[in-house]
Amino acid sequence: MASSATNRAIDAVWRIESARLIAGLTRIVRDVAVAEDLAQDALVAALEQWPTSGIPDNPGAWLMTAAKRRGIDDLRRRVTLERKRELIGRDLEILQQLDQPDLATQVEDVQDDVLRLMFMTCHPVLTREARVALTLRLLGGLSTPEIARAFLVSEGAVAQRVVRAKRTLAEAHVPFELPSRDALDARVTAVLEVIYLVFNEGYAATAGERWIRPALCSDALRLGRMLAALMPREPEVHGLLALMELQASRLRARVGAQGEPVRLADQDRARWDHLLVQRGLGELRRAEELTGALGPYTLQAAIAACHARARSVEETDWPRIVALYDGLAALTGSPVVELNRAVAVAMAFGPEAGLELVDSLADEPALRRYHLLPSVRGDLLARLGRLAEAHEEFVRAAELCDNEPERELLLSRALACRD
Amino acid sequence: MRFMVLVPGSPESEAGEMPATEALEEMTKYNQELVKAGVMLAGEGLQPTSKGAKVRFSGSERTVIDGPFTEAKEIVAGYWVWECASRDEAIEWLKRAPFDGGVEIELRQIFEADDFGEQLTPELREANARLREQAAQK
Repeated sequence: MASSATNRAIDAVWRIESARLIAGLTRIVRDVAVAEDLAQDALVAALEQWPTSGIPDNPGAWLMTAAKRRGIDDLRRRVTLERKRELIGRDLEILQQLDQPDLATQVEDVQDDVLRLMFMTCHPVLTREARVALTLRLLGGLSTPEIARAFLVSEGAVAQRVVRAKRTLAEAHVPFELPSRDALDARVTAVLEVIYLVFNEGYAATAGERWIRPALCSDALRLGRMLAALMPREPEVHGLLALMELQASRLRARVGAQGEPVRLADQDRARWDHLLVQRGLGELRRAEELTGALGPYTLQAAIAACHARARSVEETDWPRIVALYDGLAALTGSPVVELNRAVAVAMAFGPEAGLELVDSLADEPALRRYHLLPSVRGDLLARLGRLAEAHEEFVRAAELCDNEPERELLLSRALACRD
Repeated sequence: MRFMVLVPGSPESEAGEMPATEALEEMTKYNQELVKAGVMLAGEGLQPTSKGAKVRFSGSERTVIDGPFTEAKEIVAGYWVWECASRDEAIEWLKRAPFDGGVEIELRQIFEADDFGEQLTPELREANARLREQAAQK
């Protein structure tokens, strides 16, 4: 019993310390794979020793010291006696740094290391899947099984993704540094994309039996909050965080008693999480204060804020939402944004106007297999009383939808058009 | 999981005395760590109870009792709201807080969004809704 309590405490320490530990070690050994191995070795040492010795007063420093000691041992072992002279300069330099007393007190340095690590795990040389897996593992402190469960893939697949990603980073000689000023915007965008991918997989699962997976939303929020604290001057960082806080505020109202999705219009707004609403509105203000030209995440957050401020669907400022979608459509040129804009237009100016816009999107290749296109069309047709056509659209939407509860909702809406 | 950390009052906090600069600096540093780890959702200090009030409920009667209230230990002088992956993580964070002198800080889990989805089965959720309805009727 006592040892299982210690193990849980070690898990907790790991979640708190692992990102800083791996980041600090990466700075020294210049290789994220080696750094993670050393950190894992330190974790193993903790699991062996802490159940009897108790948890040290400064567990972070303890882990760092253990990892460094292991690093020194490894380097020395690699260099046999007769080859000692061949110890190359770089290794010597690493060895010296590993031998330095602990630098855990230099908090700012450590924080910059965490940011460097984030830019590394979200580096454009990696595939999207690899960025997500590596970021969750090295910065979110998630284990391979946890990531596998989150994305409904096998543990082996995740492990391989992580190994391959680390190899790619090493082979591409991706440096452990903050991006240069001219590359910064693109690199920040890459980091934000990874965080939002994680969030979205939790917020509207693309596949599987569950409609939402709150744990993934929490992981994404945590990464977003970390990034906002590390890069307080970047408007889109606050914009994304605002968007996630506001969307997460609706999570519990988004699921019905049987686990089925509940649409925004049908949600009990008293069940929204008002602490998160306030946090989201605060982050949005911060983003807006930092720039005059709102980026795509800030615009989406501003749209979410219109909903958050409204006490009901009727009281929602739909014309403002349309205007914000105009801005977002101009910025992204995305047909999905156009589709959302059509929904807002229908709310602001009637279903007829919305349907006209939806119909103009019918030939968009990007939307051909997107279930929300027929779903929106069905909704507008139903509101116009064209029930037979609406029925067909909902059936088509259900066919295209991979998420079980969402498909059931679409089928029930199709059925309702028959009555 | 969401937690509330309740910081008790002291004769000093009740007297409206601000902590020493050094203590404030330590607390600021600690708060920054919480923010940079993405853990802190909210946190405030409360004014002395002399600026507060209590309302006592008895039948239809409402009695207002002005502060200050006695028993400084039982008075809340500040709070945090944290988002953590587990109770153990919240405890680990709390252990790092700059307190001393035998003070005991209380950690409580908040009912919230985790009450749905993976943790809560539809049956439980229904039972909860019923409970809430009953509570509202009382």
